[in-house]
Formats: sequence, structure tokens, C-alpha cells
Amino acid sequence: MRVALFIPCYVDQLYPSVGLATARVLERLGCEVVYPEEQTCCGQPLANAGFATLAAPLARRFLDVFSEFEAVVCPSGSCTSMVRNHYHGLVGGDPRYPAVRAATYELCEFLVDVLKIARIPGRFRRRVGLHQSCHGLRELRLASGSERRVAPFDKVAPLLRSLEGLELVSLSRPDECCGFGGTFAVAEEAVSCLMGRDRIADHLRAGAELVTGTDVSCLMHLGGLARREGAPLAFQHVAEVLAEAMG
Amino acid sequence: MSADHAGRAARFAADEGRARWHDGALWAVRQKRDRLAAELPEWEELRERAARIKAHTRSRLADYLEQFEREATSRGAVVHWARDAEEHNRVVHRILALKGITRLVKSKSMLTEECGLNAFLEARGIEVVDTDLGERIVQLAGEPPSHIVLPAIHKRREEVGALFHRTLGTEAGLSDPTALTAEARRHLRERFLGAQAGLTGVNFAVAETGGVVVCTNEGNADMGTSFPRVHIACMGVEKVIPRLEDLGVLVRLLARSATGQPITTYTSHFHGPMPGGELHLVIVDNGRSRLLADPAFQGALACIRCGACMNTCPVFRRSGGHSYGFTIPGPIGSVLAPAWDPVAHTSLPFASSLCGSCDDVCPVRIPLHDLLLERRRQLVAGPGSISPGKRLAMRLLGFALRSPARYQAAGRLLRLALGRGPRWLLYGPWNRWGRQRELPPAPPATFREVWRARQGQGAKGVGGG
Amino acid sequence: MASREQILAALRGAAAPAEPLPATPARGVTHYPDPVARLAEAVLAVGGALVRAPTAADLAREAAALAQRLGARRVVSEVPEAGAGTVRLSDISDPHDLAGVELAVLPGAFAVAETGAVWVAAGELRHRGIFVVAEHIGLVLRADAVVNDMHEAYARIRFEGPGFGVFIAGPSKTADIEQALVIGAHGPRSCTVLVVG
Repeated sequence: MRVALFIPCYVDQLYPSVGLATARVLERLGCEVVYPEEQTCCGQPLANAGFATLAAPLARRFLDVFSEFEAVVCPSGSCTSMVRNHYHGLVGGDPRYPAVRAATYELCEFLVDVLKIARIPGRFRRRVGLHQSCHGLRELRLASGSERRVAPFDKVAPLLRSLEGLELVSLSRPDECCGFGGTFAVAEEAVSCLMGRDRIADHLRAGAELVTGTDVSCLMHLGGLARREGAPLAFQHVAEVLAEAMG
Repeated sequence: MSADHAGRAARFAADEGRARWHDGALWAVRQKRDRLAAELPEWEELRERAARIKAHTRSRLADYLEQFEREATSRGAVVHWARDAEEHNRVVHRILALKGITRLVKSKSMLTEECGLNAFLEARGIEVVDTDLGERIVQLAGEPPSHIVLPAIHKRREEVGALFHRTLGTEAGLSDPTALTAEARRHLRERFLGAQAGLTGVNFAVAETGGVVVCTNEGNADMGTSFPRVHIACMGVEKVIPRLEDLGVLVRLLARSATGQPITTYTSHFHGPMPGGELHLVIVDNGRSRLLADPAFQGALACIRCGACMNTCPVFRRSGGHSYGFTIPGPIGSVLAPAWDPVAHTSLPFASSLCGSCDDVCPVRIPLHDLLLERRRQLVAGPGSISPGKRLAMRLLGFALRSPARYQAAGRLLRLALGRGPRWLLYGPWNRWGRQRELPPAPPATFREVWRARQGQGAKGVGGG
Repeated sequence: MASREQILAALRGAAAPAEPLPATPARGVTHYPDPVARLAEAVLAVGGALVRAPTAADLAREAAALAQRLGARRVVSEVPEAGAGTVRLSDISDPHDLAGVELAVLPGAFAVAETGAVWVAAGELRHRGIFVVAEHIGLVLRADAVVNDMHEAYARIRFEGPGFGVFIAGPSKTADIEQALVIGAHGPRSCTVLVVG
């Protein structure tokens, strides 16, 4: 299957290993991976701050870049959700939008829902805390979440648990927000950091050695806090965990 | 001193011990909600039904209010209408003044908070005693409530003890909640017995039967309306629901969402006055018809004031209700406030990480985090509100991101700064990210560069410029 | 234009989108095969107590025992089978004189297994406030008058004319001080449901 990589702007610039890991995982699972180089940013940082008019050209650009692909895979729940759930106000009338929307997936949901992968062969002997990023969880519904009374499901945790030796620790608040929230991280810095430090404390109490998740933005925020306070925690995106395990 | 949410929140969060205590207290209420919601297998269907009952009612609100008025009047109630807060206060005052009433007891009503009723009446010589324990505590403390269901959630028991010692003359150093509640029971019983009128809010107004439903755990609404002969019940226009049977859905959702109980201790259904008494129903607009006419935000009128969104909000829990500066705090308050005063409440839609937890606990399925984002869009699209600095930064960002060449150049600059910038410069006071967090390290190459190298390509992609 | 007309016109002018009124369920999903047993659990969960009295004689005995346990001397009974009480509501003209009633035994029309709530048509009593001002209350109801859930409950309620009815679920309570549960806020400090039959 031919898959186009949608690499978030900050992953391209600051966390290229996450993009590489995403490509490796997909290639190892039999996909032909291409990377359309004209992509820049999905527009989420602008859209989330309320600047819809500034985000609209970026949304149109996204359609320009990705409209010919049958599958677009992204190692970010929030960027994927931007395209699937928040583009209608920006490019809703564009005839290319429905197809692009239907073709765009976050990495884990692509593995589970499209490639029908339930287990990943590989070894990852660490105690891992899973941070469930909010947009992936509550907008893409990558898992059932703690608020709703629905039959439980999860598209991320089982992939991690299928790795030999990986122990997923039990958090006291499995899906509380880390506090990144885009410009919130800076505009409401005090509360943002208190939220992040509480997440870190939860992971430490649960015995995690490594924190993983579907969104680098959350990991960047938590990682920044952890490094400042000297917390003994490593941070790796789910793609990196899977890629490392697959070898 | 900053008057916006961020400033107040920073001060609240600075006392980390207290912020964590407040956060823990509200998280416990959220967990109780989870347990009680789990008892009903049809919980999600009930939410959906409630949302549709409210949406239907909104589509025929005037009709239902007229039916409610007819039915209530036929049962002996007197119905008054008030366009705004000022008129509401004058209507209530007139009812009391005509009878020479100077002692009023009041059970919880966020509407009367919104209208500033207490101050209005007190300025005219009427003593108003808030009888809900949490409300009485904040009244004695001279503060507004910090939560619509748990008004004194921000107060520690020792603080309540000190407050009662100062204002009620109870013994110094008392802090046991049971003992303090017993003191309040004694003190308020006198007020109930001495009251000349009782004022309540309205949880639901039933159009079919002209009745008003008031839910409390303490019984203060009933205490306040069983001794005095005059009962005044104040309601926003959105409180009306079509039929008695709709209460089956809403009552099953309300207490479970609010406090994690299957039902409040008392769910009182008032139809007309008590024999020999008077029941005055005051129906209030105060901006609600304007909200109803706003296609983007009319859904916010579904709110049944349960407070679940506040309990689940990680920001509310760590910043406290007072940091919102509006009658109703938290997610729903941040959606409603700009409708009342867009200038004063500019910061509220940004007092959120848009995590979406509030949407998923709202018993009437208000898409709160989507509405907060819409508020942001409208604030940006309108004049003022957003700082020129922020607008410029966003425009520059948009400009850079629209072209691959500019985007890559900007990225190169960023990585250069991160990689080579001296620490004293990078982590100066201007860097709010860096106050408590390390900046991300700069990788030697971007994904794009590594990918090209990996694919063995030297050519650029299509487009660019 | 009067306020009423202005408000109604503004609401009509808002033209909120049409939405059909959904049907309400006749019953909740969970059916309790033994409603009284479930009621007992639910009453306990809301801080109350439930006592079974198979016959009318048992009722009188249990009511007397309750009064004795509570040390209640000023007792109002609106349920003749439970005893006459020591104070008659009909003898009291001023509701303020209700303060000091230590136990009020009142008739419950029916109870709700799901929530532990008892429906009391207090508006039919001489002084409706007795249910909240008494220090303790006993609510008497028949074992066959326990419905499954709130949907079934509301199907049994009518308000053709003026009236007052209240669902009572346990004793008065508050958690307003540090979320610490305290029983007996302003209303009764205990609530005993007496199920007859």
C-alpha cells in the first residue's frame, strides 16, 4: 500500500527521528512510503489560537500536497485531528476535502484500522507510561477515554503491550491533559507547568522509566519539565518505540 | 496586577500545596461522577436524549414559556417577566417591599448571583441570608462563590472555622466539618424561622404542569419555603422543559453529574403556592434571547448547571473559580462570559488547553471545547481583544509557513538559536516556555534532510518558492 | 411593549432550528428483580435506613422502636397504622411551632429502587414543611409500591391542580466543607424507610 507521510512541522524541524521511525514502521509492515516535500504545516498552531483566516491558506496547501494519495499517515493525533475535524471551516467547500479527510490517519489507528495489525513483533523491555494525548483521544477516539460510558477500546495500548517485555504502567489519571495545549503552554505557563509536573509525578509513582505517546508536542512539554527537574524519565514517541522494537 | 485569567491563575497555582489540594478535592468529585454514571448502562443515550430535549425546547421556547405561565397561573402562582438583571432585581424588591418584608432567606440561585440581587436588596434595607452552607460561608466571607455547585470548595476547614469564629462567635480553632455544620445548622435554623419570605432558584420549570423543581441536598430550599408564606422562584428562560416525563431523563443525569449521587436528597416540585401563601415565579431573559439568536452559541443554553465541566477541567482545578472573574467559572462560564462582556472576558476562552474532557462529561452534550475554539475565532476576527504583538507574531508565522522555502529558512534559524544560543540569552525572562521547562534540543538535520539523504535524492520536490 | 411581550418576541425572533422532541424511555435498562431489596441498598447508599414490617402490627412496633431509639418524645404521625404520635399536625396552626418535632412519620406514596428516593405528597399534609423541619423522619410505604427507576416514577406523578410533592432520598446532608460528608445539614438528621408488607 502506498502511504504518504504527513510529518508535523515541529517533528520535521526538531524531532526528525520520530518521522524516520514512522517511515520505518510502515515500511516494515509492507507499505511503500513517500514523503511529499512541499508540505509545511497543517495550520493547527494558528487555528487553535483562533486565527482561522491565517490557517486557511495552509489548509488549502495541505489539500494541494496530499489530494492524490489514498493514504496519508501522520505521527500526531492533534495534526491528524486538525485535518479530519477542523478543516471544514477552512476548506469545507473544496471538492478535494472529503477524500483527503477520509484518507488521513494517525499512525496507530492506521496500523489497527487499515493494516489490521493487532500485534507488533519485537522486543521492548522497559516499564512504559502511556500518555494519552487529548486530541487523539477525544477527537480521533483512539481509545474510549475515562469520561464516557462506552464499551472500552484502545488503538494504541494493545500495540505497545504486544511488544515482548514491555510493561505498561498503571497511572492514577490515565487521560488527564499534560497542559501543552499550543499557545496555552506559554499564555497560561503556570497552570500548564503544574499540569505537566503532575503528569510526570503520576508516571514516576507508577514506576515508568519511559513515557510514550502519539503526540510529540505533549512529549516535548513533559520532556522539558522532566529535564529541568531532573526526573529519571525517558521520552519516546510511539513510532520510535515500535521501530526500535521491530529492529 | 493582572486582572485576566492567566494572571489570577498564576497566583493561585503559585501556592502549589493549596493548588494540589484544590485539584485533588475536585478530581474526587469527578471520580464520584464516573462511578455513578457507570451504574447506568444507558448513560450515553440519556445524555443524547437530554441534549435533544433541550434542543427541541429551544426551538419552541416562547411557546413552552407561555404554556408554563398558563399552567402555573391556573394553579395560583403569579408569573413575572424581567428583561434584564435590573428589572429582575426591581421585581423581586417590589414583591418584598409591598409587604414590608425585610428578612429574606435564599437557596442557591446562580441567576440571582448573575443579577447581583443580594447587593440590590441589602442596599434597600432587606436582609438576605444565603442558606446553602457553601453559599453562607462565602457570604459571611464577603466573597463570590468559586463553583456553582460547591461554592466554598476553595476554603479549607480551618479557614471556615476561623470565619465562623469571627462572624458567628463560634469557638476559636474549631475545624471539624461536622461540628462546623452543626453550628451552621443552629445559626441558620434561626434565620429560617425568622424569615418573612423565601427565595429559591429553579432547576427545571415544567411547561406541562406549570411547576418548578428545586434540587438540594441540605433541604434549605424547603426550609426556606415552608415557614414564610411568600415564595419567590427565579429562573432563566432556558430552564423550561416540556413535560413531567422529561424530568425522568434530566433528574437521572443531574446529581450523578454534579456530585456523584443518584439523586439529591430533596427534589421538590412546587405547583402553585401553599394554602394561604403566595408563589411568585420570575422569568428572566438578561441576554439569553440574544444567546438563543446566536447560531454558534445557542447550544450553551442547554446547560443544567451541574458543574461537571468544572470538576473535570484540569485548568479549573488548578486555578480556582475566582480566577475566571465571572459568575459562572470553568468551561461553560468561559463560553458564556464573552456573550455578556467580550472585553472583560477576553482571556477566558484561552484559559483552556482544549483537552475536550468537559465535552465528554457534560450531561447535555454541549460541545464545550469546540465552543471555546469558536470564541477564540470570534475574538480574533473582531476588533481589539487580541494584543498587536500576538497578531503580528501569528501573521509572521502564517507567512513563514505558507512557503516551503520560508518555512525551512525559519526552521534553520530556530535550530540555530536552540543549538548555538548561549543559555543566558535563550532562557532570558522573555522566554516564558523556559521558566520551568528546558527547550527542545536542536537536531543536526531536519526530517526532510535526513529523508533526502536516505532516499539518495538530491532533487527538490514540486512547488516550493 | 411590556417585558413579557418583548421577551417572547425576542425568543421567537431568535428562530432556533427545529428539533423533534424525543420520546422518553418507559423504563431504565436495568430491571431490579427484587425492587425492595434494591431499594434497601439504595436507601443505605444515600445515608438512610430501611426497615421491613411484614404486617401493620409490625409497623406500629417498628415505629415505636424507632421513636424510642431516637429518644423522640415529640412525635408527629401522619400514618395512623404507625401509631398516633404525640403531636397532631392538625393541632398546629403556625408552622413555626413545628420546630422541635423530633420524629415525623409520614406516608410515602411510592419509592424508587434505582435511587432510594421516596415520593411524599407533602402538599396534602397540613404543614408541608414537616418533612424537612423534623429532627428525624420515618417514611412509610407499601412493599408493592416500589418502582424500578425515575422514568417509572414520573409516570406515576400527576399535578392536575396546585400541589407539592418531593422525592426524599435519605437524611439531609452536605459536603460543602472540604467535601467531607456531614449528615444532617438543615433538614432531618436521619431518614428511616419503613416498608410494610
